[in-house]
Amino acid sequence: MLASISARAGRAALSFLAETGAVWRLATVSLARFLRGPFQRRGVRLRSTIEQIVRAGHSSLPLVGLICFLAGMIMALQSAYQLNKMGAVDLVADLVAISITRELAPLLTAIIVTGRFGSAVTAELGTMKVSQEIDALTVMGLEPISFLVVPRLVALAISLPCLTIFADLIGIAGGMSVATLVLEMGVAGYLAKTVEALALQDIYTGLVKAFVFALIIGLICCQRGLATRGGAEEVGRSTTISVVRSIALIVGADLFVTALFYLRG
Amino acid sequence: MERDAIAVEVRGVRKAFDEQPVLDGVDLSVRRGETMVILGGSGSGKSTLLRCIIGLEPPDEGSVSIDGIDPYAASWSQLEQLRRRIGVAFQGGALFGSMTVAENIELPIAEFTRVPPATRRIIARIKLGMVGLEDAMDRRPAELSGGMIKRAALARALALDPSIVFFDEPSAGLDPVTAAGLDRLLVQLKRAFDATLVVVTHELASAFKIADRMALMHEGQFLVTATPEVIRKSEDPIVRRFLDRAPPEAGDSAQKFEKFLDDLEV
Repeated sequence: MLASISARAGRAALSFLAETGAVWRLATVSLARFLRGPFQRRGVRLRSTIEQIVRAGHSSLPLVGLICFLAGMIMALQSAYQLNKMGAVDLVADLVAISITRELAPLLTAIIVTGRFGSAVTAELGTMKVSQEIDALTVMGLEPISFLVVPRLVALAISLPCLTIFADLIGIAGGMSVATLVLEMGVAGYLAKTVEALALQDIYTGLVKAFVFALIIGLICCQRGLATRGGAEEVGRSTTISVVRSIALIVGADLFVTALFYLRG
Repeated sequence: MERDAIAVEVRGVRKAFDEQPVLDGVDLSVRRGETMVILGGSGSGKSTLLRCIIGLEPPDEGSVSIDGIDPYAASWSQLEQLRRRIGVAFQGGALFGSMTVAENIELPIAEFTRVPPATRRIIARIKLGMVGLEDAMDRRPAELSGGMIKRAALARALALDPSIVFFDEPSAGLDPVTAAGLDRLLVQLKRAFDATLVVVTHELASAFKIADRMALMHEGQFLVTATPEVIRKSEDPIVRRFLDRAPPEAGDSAQKFEKFLDDLEV
């Protein structure tokens, strides 16, 4: 019994180390290919990168907009409920602005993009792997990392911060809608309070988070896709694993970055 | 280049997965311009050997060379040269699902040459014409039948006019008529291109039709490498069993089952 538990724990630890190593290797090779790209013929896959930006960014706009608008409304209502007791309802604007830009916008956007784009990346690369398309690329001399991974990583690193700025604006608009319609605050007053409350650091904390989350989503989802073996069932399993791992790591990284900014003051 | 020169050379290749040997010391020489068929049952190791040769699966021991270049020890520029000179048609076609058939063929041309897009399209049309698929140029791989996919994969393998073409299981999963058509196409194309052809298959009829020489693989080793006539007359019991399509002796599975029970310690 004890032996079987320790054997399972050992196997799990080994597989965790192997996967971490694989992600790290993918990260370093991708960085090397990205830096070498401009000095090589056809080293920069501009068309493919733009296509991926459209897939990751543009296509996620409606859902990011909807969720962040609702999150802004919820934040406003929840904080109004508490602040009302202290007679400080006018602080709703500050609270919404800071919590949206520093926390909710980057986090929610990253989770939405993981579900929409990250899962699609794993499924796509996994299917390409099991149907030997990755082998075909390699044999043709088209390195899968330069050809498939780098454009997706670059696309995420560009589109996730852009989506986060969009989510910031929409989230604040959501809070404002509640403030004006339910709490009877004026639009101009609310906006003035928001601008007053926000510091530049709030915005770039969110953007730094978005950039870190983009790398997590890209690396985890690409690595899992390329590591898929077997058939269709394995593609499904890889997709689930990549989404679960990405989200867990995103939340972990969120805490880490938040703590880092907190300690810096 | 001389005709008798060696195009593909495999020396003492061993490969194991999870400590299970799949290739157990394989030697093979393919001469320039010949069609070598690697024949063997399922699980005999023939597809793994092909992956080792084309640079996808580094062997645990032994060496591989194509046109004198070892794909696992080559410099970047040698590898680039090598990849231009070989074409591979994979078992399931491995066509890129996000592209049309024509785009699949244009891709290697765009990557390795400076041919302008309009000319690339003409080349794709010519290559697809050779395999009888010019009407399917703008279709996606998902819209093609099994036989069409194999032909499109062959057209893509031929895109850069390679001197060595590898084909994994050309007739697997095809009906006999389509498979025979593909065999004929392979023979015709080989004559037209004067290329070296290495075909991996388990289909006897197909192998005898296209091969100049055949190598019969069994449990990770070559039993015999010879011309089809010699193989047909072979007296070796395992070769005969394979050629006569005889199922394994009943005794084999009974013994295996007994061993399985012994291992269970019941």
